[in-house]
Amino acid sequence: MNQEISQQLQQQVIEAAHNRESLQLVGSNSKKFLGAIADVTPLEASGHRGIVSYDPVELVVTARAGTPLHELEQVLAEANQMLPFEPPHFGPNATLGGTIACGLSGPSRPFSGAARDYVLGVKLINGRGEILNFGGQVMKNVAGYDCSRLMAGAMGTLGLLLEISLKVLPKQATEITLIHPAPVTEALEIMNHWSGKSLPLSAACHDGENLYLRLSGAKTAVASAHQLMGYAPQPDSPLFWQDLKEQRLPFFQSTLPLWRLSLPGASAHLNISGQWLIDWCGAQRWLLCDSPPALIREQAQAAGGHATLFRRGADEIDIFHPPEKGVMLLHRNLKQAFDPLGIFNPGRLYPGL
Amino acid sequence: MSSEQRADSAIDATPPEIAEQSVATKPSLDKAALVTQLQAIVATDAVLYDEEDLRPYECDALSAYRKLPMVVVLPSTVAEVQAIMRLCYQHHLPVIARGAGTGLSGGATPVGDGVVLSLAKFMSILNIDPSARTAVVQPGVRNLAISQAVVQHRLYYAPDPSSQIACTIGGNVAENSGGVHCLKYGLTVHNVCKAKIVTMAGELITLGSDALDSSGYDLLALINGSEGMLGVVVEVTVKLTPMPDRAQVALAAFDDVVKAGNAVGAVIAAGIIPGGLEMMDKLAIQAAEDFAKVGYPTDAEAILLCELDGSHEEVAEQMVMVREIMQQCGATEVRTARDEAEREAFWRGRKAAFPAVGRLAPDYYCMDGTIPRKHLPYILRRMGELSIEYDLRVANVFHAGDGNLHPLILYDANIPGELARTEAFGGKILELCIEVGGTITGEHGVGIEKLDQMHLQFSREELIQFHAVKHAFDPQGLLNPGKAVPTPKRCSEYRQLPAQGETNKHALASQKSGQPS
Repeated sequence: MNQEISQQLQQQVIEAAHNRESLQLVGSNSKKFLGAIADVTPLEASGHRGIVSYDPVELVVTARAGTPLHELEQVLAEANQMLPFEPPHFGPNATLGGTIACGLSGPSRPFSGAARDYVLGVKLINGRGEILNFGGQVMKNVAGYDCSRLMAGAMGTLGLLLEISLKVLPKQATEITLIHPAPVTEALEIMNHWSGKSLPLSAACHDGENLYLRLSGAKTAVASAHQLMGYAPQPDSPLFWQDLKEQRLPFFQSTLPLWRLSLPGASAHLNISGQWLIDWCGAQRWLLCDSPPALIREQAQAAGGHATLFRRGADEIDIFHPPEKGVMLLHRNLKQAFDPLGIFNPGRLYPGL
Repeated sequence: MSSEQRADSAIDATPPEIAEQSVATKPSLDKAALVTQLQAIVATDAVLYDEEDLRPYECDALSAYRKLPMVVVLPSTVAEVQAIMRLCYQHHLPVIARGAGTGLSGGATPVGDGVVLSLAKFMSILNIDPSARTAVVQPGVRNLAISQAVVQHRLYYAPDPSSQIACTIGGNVAENSGGVHCLKYGLTVHNVCKAKIVTMAGELITLGSDALDSSGYDLLALINGSEGMLGVVVEVTVKLTPMPDRAQVALAAFDDVVKAGNAVGAVIAAGIIPGGLEMMDKLAIQAAEDFAKVGYPTDAEAILLCELDGSHEEVAEQMVMVREIMQQCGATEVRTARDEAEREAFWRGRKAAFPAVGRLAPDYYCMDGTIPRKHLPYILRRMGELSIEYDLRVANVFHAGDGNLHPLILYDANIPGELARTEAFGGKILELCIEVGGTITGEHGVGIEKLDQMHLQFSREELIQFHAVKHAFDPQGLLNPGKAVPTPKRCSEYRQLPAQGETNKHALASQKSGQPS
């Protein structure tokens, strides 16, 4: 059945190649807002679903790209395991393929790593209609170039993901959240201070008023870290982190453009007027404002990072921060290497790519 | 490329220049002219061209493969590297970047008409930022030197290949090096935030950033493990990890390797991710004990070293669990290190395992496959059978936590035929790894050593896709040519061969100079 679906998908890509058509890869459309959507034929990939193999003791799961993320997370949870990068869903039927293609990670990112860090292997269809396997189902693998991690965050512009193998980890035994009222500059200092210690920190956020610090780990380790740090525990904290990850906190309910600034975590607060929410221990800063995009990008770049116009952008503004010239050339060459006819998601990442 | 050619490529899969791409067209500079031009870029004594001076560069730690380069050049600045690359690009000269030469797969083997670009002079630590927990280092900085330089901040650089005393960070990026702490702390790719590379065309490019990600394709992930074939790494920003409050190691002995293998799975099933989890078999235990005298139980069939790190409470809590698990899995003895000295002794034995095994025979050949852990009993049984079949002893050292095997085949190159048998045996082990869903190399790289096994792990189309990636960075195929990915031509020739081991195209020699992890 699934083999049939993958052959159908392959056939559609081959036909598109022959007809010189492009395709828009679609899972559940939960991240449709991210990246420019070209007016081309959609290729529905969510039918190619299901877990291919999962052995908790191996700490590896392989699933088809159309597998709903909530299904995968449920299966892992039953074995007391998890995706350590806490991917946001942004919709009830988010697929694993879309999650990896967008390369998004949740609040645990600075402490546990990003989506790309947990990708071990992929099976994909390239722009020549070939089904290819890269990486594998093992923790360490340096045979060939790392084409599988390259797919994380490529926004589906290099190939259609069919299967993904991920490293998974045991769930933490205990989790508590500490809350401390502080202005943003003080909050940035405090979070970076604690994250430099050997503590079981698993998330650090500032919502404009309060600093939230999450501790996850062995019961004793969490208890002793709590004692060391002080601060009051926050009830209902799992809900807070869920809402932060899924952008359901009141902050996100706005009509203003939402910017994502990816910055060095310890960098100073930027002087751009707007509403700020700091996540990732300072390394991911959400900004609601309608300042000129060039100004925001300039400041982000000067601070050593980049800015994405995450939601509610205007059509004429690039969503992703354009890379430097030499890096852009490599993007074009790699696009040519995987998808010489420009079939997959044209322009979704950068104009003309 | 015209639209007609594009359409063809969609149907026939590959643009012809990629399909048959290997080494570039003939160089347009002779040796004397090259030396002169290089001396105009770098100091006169930073260009080596006499045979005597070139000799130390003829191989890396896989010393069986030797080739004198035409010239070795040792630049001191990034601008010099760029100028050298531009010169070589212009004249179609192959370039092989080289760090400390500790690689085990021949990745830094020179080509006869090429230039070896040694990064040995790039030895500075440029910046340490304790609050951001990063260090900016030049590529020739030794792995261990990074940790030593940040120790006063209670930080360290986590990846620790066994060659860490000698190997450099530039080489670590090229190989995506691992070590004994990968399961918990990741490989090089997980611990590098930013890298500056010089392309074959001489352009300086920054991959990654000081933030946790950068816009666009993850070129930083791609450059890790690319075996020096996509660009020359000239600066690396590494992530530093806070030192744990405490590390404690348990040594468990088993009368059966299968029981030891099961214990590894049981620890992980209990939700514990050890900082290090290593296995050694009887031959390796005995050799290590004879060599290092650290008190290993030499009557055991296998031992596990299980290190836990973290807060005092966490380590104490989990150590109780680990001891119980080991006993439930049939350990004949479980010891925890009483103090730091004993902990170091437990590890000293493991770290000495390679040289120790090396004393058992004139030569040894180190393999580097990774497998799903559940297949360990099968692999060990088959390896035992093959050991009898090929009449060669094999000692096993195993990064058990992440399934990375280092079988060491003992042989004597002076006995006629033994080399060929060793090579055949090694090939069989790699085939076994592929058979159970693993890989032919976990951390040592393909280099030139495992080019043939690449055909077993990857299809023709996959290999061609790799060549296309190479082409995206280095269209002329000048950077470290002939490594890591076999040409499609070699592919079809290899598949027509009767069987592994019936040919002996490559001679292996002693790897005792090497320091595998």
